[in-house]
Amino acid sequence: MTSSQPSQQPLLERNHSLYLLREMLRIRRFEEKCAELYSATKIRGFLHLYIGEEAVAVGVMQALEPDDAIVATYREHGHALARGVSPGAIMAEMYGKQEGCSRGRGGSMHLFDAATRFYGGNAIVGGGLPLAVGLALADKMQGRQRVTACFFGEGAVAEGEFHECMNLAALWKLPVLFCCENNLYAMGTALKRSESEIDLCLKATSYEVPAWPVDGMDVVAVEEAAQRAAAAVRAGGGPYFLEFRTYRFRAHSMFDPQLYRDKQEVEAWKERDPLNTFQVRLREQGLLEDADLARLEEEAAAEITRAVEFAEAGTWEPLEDLTKYVYSEGARS
Amino acid sequence: MEAGTLIQWLVKPGDAVKRGDIIAVVDTEKAAIEIEVFQAGVIQTIVVHVGETVPVGAVLALIRTDGELPAAGAPVEVKPKPAAPPEAVAKPAPPPPAPPRIEKPAPSKAPQVPSGRLRISPLAMRTAVELGVDLATVQGTGPDGAITKADVERAASKAAPAVAPAVTPAAAAAVVKPAEVVPPARPAVAPADRQAAMRKAIAAAMSRSKREIPHYYLGTPIDMGRALAWLQAENLKRPVTERLLYSVLLLKAVALAVQEIPEMNGFWVDGAFKRSEAVHVGVAISLRQGGLIAPAIHDLDKKSLDEIMTNLRDLVKRVRAGVLRSSEIADATLTVTSLGEQGVETVFGVIYPPQVALVGFGKVVERPWAANGMVGAKPVLMATLAADHRASDGHRGGLFLAALDRLLQEPEKL
Amino acid sequence: MTAEAKTGRITYREAMRTALREALQRDERVFLMGEDVGRYGGCFAVSKGLLEEFGPERIRDTPLSESAFVGAGIGAALGGMRPIVEIMTVNFSLLALDQIVNNAATILHMSGGQFNIPLVIRMTTGAGRQLAAQHSHSLEGWYAHIPGIKVLTPATLEDARGMLWTALQDPDPVLIFEHGGLYNLEGELAADAGAVNIDKAAVRRPGTDVSLITYGGTLGKTLQAAEELAGMSINAEVLDLRSLRPLDTASILESVTRTHRTVIIDEGWRSGSISAEISARIMEGAFYELDVPVARVCSAEVPMPYSRHLEEAALPQVRTIVETVRQMVGSRG
Repeated sequence: MTSSQPSQQPLLERNHSLYLLREMLRIRRFEEKCAELYSATKIRGFLHLYIGEEAVAVGVMQALEPDDAIVATYREHGHALARGVSPGAIMAEMYGKQEGCSRGRGGSMHLFDAATRFYGGNAIVGGGLPLAVGLALADKMQGRQRVTACFFGEGAVAEGEFHECMNLAALWKLPVLFCCENNLYAMGTALKRSESEIDLCLKATSYEVPAWPVDGMDVVAVEEAAQRAAAAVRAGGGPYFLEFRTYRFRAHSMFDPQLYRDKQEVEAWKERDPLNTFQVRLREQGLLEDADLARLEEEAAAEITRAVEFAEAGTWEPLEDLTKYVYSEGARS
Repeated sequence: MEAGTLIQWLVKPGDAVKRGDIIAVVDTEKAAIEIEVFQAGVIQTIVVHVGETVPVGAVLALIRTDGELPAAGAPVEVKPKPAAPPEAVAKPAPPPPAPPRIEKPAPSKAPQVPSGRLRISPLAMRTAVELGVDLATVQGTGPDGAITKADVERAASKAAPAVAPAVTPAAAAAVVKPAEVVPPARPAVAPADRQAAMRKAIAAAMSRSKREIPHYYLGTPIDMGRALAWLQAENLKRPVTERLLYSVLLLKAVALAVQEIPEMNGFWVDGAFKRSEAVHVGVAISLRQGGLIAPAIHDLDKKSLDEIMTNLRDLVKRVRAGVLRSSEIADATLTVTSLGEQGVETVFGVIYPPQVALVGFGKVVERPWAANGMVGAKPVLMATLAADHRASDGHRGGLFLAALDRLLQEPEKL
Repeated sequence: MTAEAKTGRITYREAMRTALREALQRDERVFLMGEDVGRYGGCFAVSKGLLEEFGPERIRDTPLSESAFVGAGIGAALGGMRPIVEIMTVNFSLLALDQIVNNAATILHMSGGQFNIPLVIRMTTGAGRQLAAQHSHSLEGWYAHIPGIKVLTPATLEDARGMLWTALQDPDPVLIFEHGGLYNLEGELAADAGAVNIDKAAVRRPGTDVSLITYGGTLGKTLQAAEELAGMSINAEVLDLRSLRPLDTASILESVTRTHRTVIIDEGWRSGSISAEISARIMEGAFYELDVPVARVCSAEVPMPYSRHLEEAALPQVRTIVETVRQMVGSRG
């Protein structure tokens, strides 16, 4: 439970590496566009950007199969994009349009997608963990070899639900991959200011859940750890806990003046920007050319343009539908 | 009959009255009733004022008997005699068909005279409306004296219109008793019957009208530009609650026009036109449940626009609540009907007998209007007159419409 | 039911257990989980014997982690199971309020209709057993406030036997509140008794003079009061709501329209309660049918005391119901 860092940088495979870069770039550019659209008041409500943390979602998704399930937090655009949820549907959701992936009823914090088994967008810190435990319970009881990946921030470890769920998942040996995205701040509260024990893996192992810390700024390290953990979970070994040490470059939300952290700290982490460091590494290994990058940028830009166009062209759900989906169609309310 | 609304005083304080005099008129749902006095004296104080509804037996006025005459000079406040003995109270006359029923007041929960809120259950209220029971007379036996459904039903089941004697011994020096001058009222009718009855009444009146009255019809389009502009400017100065409707202008103009052409105002009775000095304009108001009623705004020609507006609002409200005074129904001297709200442009009215004229107004519509060799769009209202050819001729009718037009061109003078 | 249909003596507890057994037999996706439902046999012995019959996979003892196992029930329902989650008492359910209110009730709507949650949560409610202020409250009215869930209150043997299966067929979360005082209720039940509807109120005793509207634990007391009132020539109608959400407003208004007087009997506190809601609906829908103001017999506004005489004084009792009705109807002219 100490370091999972490999002692030597492994050689990378070009196509997959470019794919990882492409996924991180898609998220980065998408989030930048979201910030812009928020300022243009196209997106409203709370908006939490994933910039700086892209390697975590992208790396973990590589370890998941189409049948696996994902439970995420309110900072989940990156996870949804990396999972394959349509960018247009995500953008339309943030616009509040009925073509959105939650028909405009969820917004930025509540992206849902049945096709990719993406179970939200949970905006209660810690609230998603019991769901993940239950999804895994259903898989186990039905004899399915599936994994449920549950993302949550380090703030959630202070919640009772975290401890209840570590215990229950371990007790029942449920196939949950717990992915803790430790970006050091629960909104503005630093981990060391809120936890008596800041070694998060220690908390998980105290429930007999195997746990490893991972460099969340290194997409290769994330993927490797996730592959290993997911395989163990899929094999029926019970839950696994990965702590991804990462950092958000942007404020907590669009209303956050960031009084709780100093600029040097932000800048220091930006030195480790997962996109930049990965690009440098790919160039060093001769896997990335300028033309590749230009192409990836162009593709990302085109995708975002299409997503925005889709959202703009989207329609408002008629007011008569307001009380739909409180109960299932056909069920009496 | 258990309650009535005072609609007219025929005496005023200081008037001497003698036994048998008719001193006031009280309206009930069924008829207007004259109030006879059974004691000689001088009217000291009017207790119940016009418009108030009181139960049978309530004190309407205090009468000073001769022995109590004050020294000559300024009027003196005479205190009511404490607890006048019941036998001093006049007896109802003529004798009612059934022996008088004595309503015992509840010892501690006597219903209040409905000057304030009536304590009544929603169900009892609904039942009272359905059964046509006047709530002012119903004795409540519910919580804190509230009127319940059973109380209303009990009141409704009193088929015999007995007149109750006074039940307020503590206050009265003298009590005047209403005497029924109409045949005994029938038991309360259900709303459906009521509607049928109204339909029947309308049918009878209109048939008579078309059978007896040789109608002639005239119509004049009126440029409403000035009137509406004036009204708009006027309303801008007013709080929303005091704004005027343009129908008020129409009503006033009609009332003033008949002053000039009096053949339109009055009744055809006994083979002759009887002109009416007073101008009581009937306003046709259609009822939600069907049928219509045309209660009068009295002396409309003498009223200001504000007064007319107040009357009109009150009238519409009361028509809907079903609380009209019988005089309002009976004594309109001509009738105005406006069907503009329904989109009608021209009204060909049927006169309410024995009236001799009915003025109809349609919808205000924008129409091309030529004046002084120029054409422009104007808000135009078609005013029509249906008049009784026995009482007037087309020439006079034309003058009436011309006067109406002229008056509406000077709205500020209305 | 045929005329020859057999009946048998049965308790409410046994009726409930029969319903559980039937559900477990009929649908492999059904499982029961909660604190002490297995080895202990259920805190109130409802699930006694089921562990032996169905095994520990389907009769799952959980840790004392209400939020985790209720959330796991939600997740398992999302994962295709038909969980029955038992919470010992309504007071303990407050530890799972996040999962019930923030997840179970919202996910269908937040996901734009993509994810329904076919979950049944059973719990004990109510006082009368000297269990004091943390085991005795009647908070079902609170839950009835929440759109997205359904709230049932079986008060009879038929409903104890029949509501569970219908609730399991419902595509959305259903909460079943079993009044602790009812488990020993004994009576005749048809041998072939089965599923019942879960959205209609039932007239348990027809009457003409006053509508006594109640549910759950106070139904018995109310029927007894109606019996006493009959001796005073007051013919009371007793309406058993059965479901607090949806509330069968039509049946309430029908009853009030018949009798023109209403007394609501509710073991919950009156402030902000389901009795207040019922009263409001009567105002909205049957105002002109009322001949006297609506009256309520509710619990005194105190945390439930331990001492027997105080507890009795705090709860609606037959004599308080009788007295309230007598004053109301007695004042009729």
